Amino acid sequence: MAECGASGSGSSGDSLDKSITLPPDEIFRNLENAKRFAIDIGGSLTKLAYYSTVQHKVAKVRSFDHSGKDTERDHEPPYEISVQEEITARLHFIKFENTYIEACLDFIKDHLVNTETKVIQATGGGAYKFKDLIEEKLRLKVDKEDVMTCLIKGCNFVLKNIPHEAFVYQKDADPEFRFQTNHPHIFPYLLVNIGSGVSIVKVETEDRFEWVGGSSIGGGTFWGLGALLTKTKKFDELLHLASRGQHSNVDMLVRDVYGGAHQTLGLSGNLIASSFGKSATADQEFSKEDMAKSLLHMISNDIGQLACLHARLHSLDRVYFGGFFIRGHPVTMRTITYSINFFSKGEVQALFLRHEGYLGAIGAFLKGAEQDNPNQYSWGENYAGSSGLMSTSPELGPAQRARSGTFDLLEMDRLERPLVNLPLLLDPPSYVPDTVDLTDDALARKYWLTCFEEALDGVVKRAVASQPDSVDAAERAEKFRQKYWNKLQTLRQQPFAYGTLTVRSLLDTREHCLNEFNFPDPYSKVKQRENGVALRCFPGVVRSLDALGWEERQLALVKGLLAGNVFDWGAKAVSDVLESDPHFGFEEAKRKLQERPWLVDSYSKWLQRLKGPPHKCALIFADNSGIDIILGVFPFVRELLLRGTEVILACNSGPALNDVTHSESLIVAERIAGMDTVVHSALQEERLLLVQTGSSSPCLDLSRLDKGLAALVRERGADLVVIEGMGRAVHTNYHAALRCESLKLAVVKNAWLAERLGGRLFSVIFKYEVPAE
Amino acid sequence: MGAGRLGAPMERHGRASATSTSSAGEQAAGGPEGRRREPLRRRASSASVPAVGASAEGARRDRLGSYSGPTAVTRQRVESLKKKRPLFPWFGLDIGGTLVKLVYFEPKDITAEEEEEEVESLRSIRKYLTSNVAYGSTGIRDVHLELKDLTLCGRKGNLHFIRFPTHDMPAFIQMGRDKNFSSLHTVFCATGGGAYKFEQDFLTIGDLQLCKLDELDCLIKGILYIDSVGFNGRSQCYYFENPADSEKCQKLPFDLKNPYPLLLVNIGSGVSILAVYSKDNYKRVTGTSLGGGTFFGLCCLLTGCTTFEEALEMASRGDSTKVDKLVRDIYGGDYERFGLPGWAVASSFGNMMSKEKREAVSKEDLARATLITITNNIGSIARMCALNENINQVVFVGNFLRINTIAMRLLAYALDYWSKGQLKALFSEHEGYFGAVGALLELLKIP
Repeated sequence: MAECGASGSGSSGDSLDKSITLPPDEIFRNLENAKRFAIDIGGSLTKLAYYSTVQHKVAKVRSFDHSGKDTERDHEPPYEISVQEEITARLHFIKFENTYIEACLDFIKDHLVNTETKVIQATGGGAYKFKDLIEEKLRLKVDKEDVMTCLIKGCNFVLKNIPHEAFVYQKDADPEFRFQTNHPHIFPYLLVNIGSGVSIVKVETEDRFEWVGGSSIGGGTFWGLGALLTKTKKFDELLHLASRGQHSNVDMLVRDVYGGAHQTLGLSGNLIASSFGKSATADQEFSKEDMAKSLLHMISNDIGQLACLHARLHSLDRVYFGGFFIRGHPVTMRTITYSINFFSKGEVQALFLRHEGYLGAIGAFLKGAEQDNPNQYSWGENYAGSSGLMSTSPELGPAQRARSGTFDLLEMDRLERPLVNLPLLLDPPSYVPDTVDLTDDALARKYWLTCFEEALDGVVKRAVASQPDSVDAAERAEKFRQKYWNKLQTLRQQPFAYGTLTVRSLLDTREHCLNEFNFPDPYSKVKQRENGVALRCFPGVVRSLDALGWEERQLALVKGLLAGNVFDWGAKAVSDVLESDPHFGFEEAKRKLQERPWLVDSYSKWLQRLKGPPHKCALIFADNSGIDIILGVFPFVRELLLRGTEVILACNSGPALNDVTHSESLIVAERIAGMDTVVHSALQEERLLLVQTGSSSPCLDLSRLDKGLAALVRERGADLVVIEGMGRAVHTNYHAALRCESLKLAVVKNAWLAERLGGRLFSVIFKYEVPAE
Repeated sequence: MGAGRLGAPMERHGRASATSTSSAGEQAAGGPEGRRREPLRRRASSASVPAVGASAEGARRDRLGSYSGPTAVTRQRVESLKKKRPLFPWFGLDIGGTLVKLVYFEPKDITAEEEEEEVESLRSIRKYLTSNVAYGSTGIRDVHLELKDLTLCGRKGNLHFIRFPTHDMPAFIQMGRDKNFSSLHTVFCATGGGAYKFEQDFLTIGDLQLCKLDELDCLIKGILYIDSVGFNGRSQCYYFENPADSEKCQKLPFDLKNPYPLLLVNIGSGVSILAVYSKDNYKRVTGTSLGGGTFFGLCCLLTGCTTFEEALEMASRGDSTKVDKLVRDIYGGDYERFGLPGWAVASSFGNMMSKEKREAVSKEDLARATLITITNNIGSIARMCALNENINQVVFVGNFLRINTIAMRLLAYALDYWSKGQLKALFSEHEGYFGAVGALLELLKIP
């Protein structure tokens, strides 16, 4: 029953100062523009949700008017960059102890500017209790929303929008959390909400769900009965007692009934035959710890058993657990997981949710925002503005943290474009973008965290340099440094804080933090210069390629792609070279490349393939600006076009490092078209299409791509996917299985990674794969 | 959400009905009150052995072993061997986690010649068991369950039903040794976990070889057999009509003429649930550790009661709605979105999260809530199993149901209500003894 029963007793934090001063810049951000409030008041925690708009600086590129005289001004930049303000939508969720509710409401009242908000959606057992207070403080009408409906709406929302939302709990593993990759089809599933009682709901679609059963033995039973048995009043303390107890002193075990014979009978002697079976005696004292433990086992086992029975009846294997009994408590996650494994014999997995505590508030918010239809958009977790799992606003300074108690934040940005699976994935449910799970691999984790720490100075410098006209750039850059540094420290302690830790998530977090402090595109100027240089080289490069024989040319094209890929400011080894030697060019890069045979080398197979019929349509994911896209990718594209293959060139929607963005690619293509008839006619005839990925990450998640791209891939019948660069083809997608031919190529610009892969710095990956028939 | 109902109407009349089923037994045995008043003493080692209604061991040992008789070894008659009937005495033993159930067949067709040849120890056993209704301070013969004029292996006689706490097993074995049971060359057919646990003790202390039997085999054999012989001319199986309505509630005989498929829920210290498709085709579906032992164990901790009877008696006077949080406590009435009635339990012991409410409840309320919680939960699991196995008659057996009309009526109501009338809860007069009967049948090789 949600948290309904948890009212009244036991709310912790009684001794804390209720008149806290909230650190507004961290906790109730963007209140000025806030609208559509929702609140979920549970037994001890309040969750507040609101929608707000955030003003961001974005770097826009705009082509000069070059009509007719393209190549004349050799030393001018190829396009201009302007920084503009852009407004994006963001959802804010804040979780705090009920103790602070009045202080928080006062704070909101004082800072809320927007006056069009008239109603607040409320859910949770405490919504009724605090109705008058909310109405009086905020002067908003309280609209009560059904608890379970909100929970389910919230659950659907996080499952759809947050990759790595769900995890299984493994007691003796390090770390104990194993995240599930986002399933493309989240329905149907079973939601078991363990509040004071237990509700079991079968969710079939966005709007269709059914209460299939429940149990009165839930969190309230643990709390209530536990309080009677142990005289311990608080839920958390009861859990703590339980974690130290020995249930075998209180429970009658199979071995107590069978003696030693359970072994010969193949029975597990440790199974509980009768909970509290040993306490049927009047003159023996039992320890509080032992009774609490026995109670915990009894309740967890019972819930697990019922959940399995329901899962079986409805043929469901995904069961999500939530409610205050679970809420991030390792003790209960552990016992529930054990029970599910035992009763289902491993057929059902107990799944938990990172944002379980927010489901009600999210759902209530969505109910209130139905006319805006938030479900038509894709949303993304903002790592900069969210405190991770089991970490309490770690970004706050210690002083602030002490003051703000257990404030916990989740922010979600509305993505400009809806995201879907790449239709060419062989098996979407089993697709995992990331190659190395840093949550799992402690050695790799240590290396990469240090690597990102060491690179931080450079990023800060680059950020300041990108905004020479800004007076506060240095100050903001410093704040960025602090924020990202703290994130890295949190991840050292809690690698599972934001789901599976990967190189990708570390890169994305950095981008989020940069954006947070208005450094939308620190590399814009670098990219502009490099694009200019490379464009000037383009005709020469094409000429020398055309002079080669067919077979020679194919290798030169591939080498060009690889050499271009050396120009990666994201790789420290390269950025050091580029910083110190501004004349480092295409030819120098080619010389840096490893000689064949490459570290991974299926070039011969690729060449063989090229001798066959042309591909119908190639989808190419580009990487860096400048030499990479212009001298590496475009000549390769040109060759494909000449072969009669259509090309879809996909670039990032937003900036990340020196990766080429979609808008930059448009300008680059236009300039190349001015120099090259092949590209010119292909663009005109729509045999070359430039699209955006929907992403702003230096890596690539093929399960979250722009819907338009996916449609185009289907429409054109793409039968070749080319993924270029370390971020997209090594850190991610190295193992991605596709339904069509694929080419993954990269230069390993990191000595550690190269060594891991069995090679040296600047080793070459050339992976050509053909799906099995 | 609670799977069952604990409506107020049931509770007002709970007490009267709670003891009705067992009135005969109690009168004959001198009533549970009498036993309960005895001073309590316990072995120091009792911590490791679960106990229900345990009592002074020393006194019991003396009395249990107090019958006398010669220990001379005499051969049984040759002709009984010829008939391939096992030698008397005929026992079936079921040693559970909490209680030992013993069935004893008393032959009534003993010829004068037979009597003459009967060894003294055998006669003394027969006399001791049949002329007493209580053995020691904890052994009870459920006189009201006695099956009269039964024919077993061509012999006519009465079947007696005796129980005592499992922690008194050592005394029982000691008695066997003292009385030289081994000289009778009888076979002890025993089932239950204790058959394994105490096997070595039987052998080394009592010089008795146990024939260990599978407890589920025995349970099913026992049920089918007992149902077939009826209950002294009455029906063995019964059900409740209008279980929630104390005025109209009626215990009615049920003819189990089409027993299969059958869901069998055996509620002892823990619970086993079996799906039975034919005499020889059954499977254990699941079990739960929340059983009779949990009810009694929690009651002991919460109320300080010392016997199962006392726990039930307290429960019959309590009001669980003070302890449990009901749907209406949360929603003010029914939770219509999910079709849950206001009287359903939302959270067992949910009110006990609040300090004020903890201070306002009585021990009787707590006992009642414990009973309701455990019973509802068993009903809920049984219902889910019945659905999964596609079975619609559910027979509840086991000693948790002994003199426990509150639980039986609640099970009957909960099953009917939540299944919308699809499931029927059935009960059986000899609720806890089927395992022991099955063991006896094994001894006699009765298929």
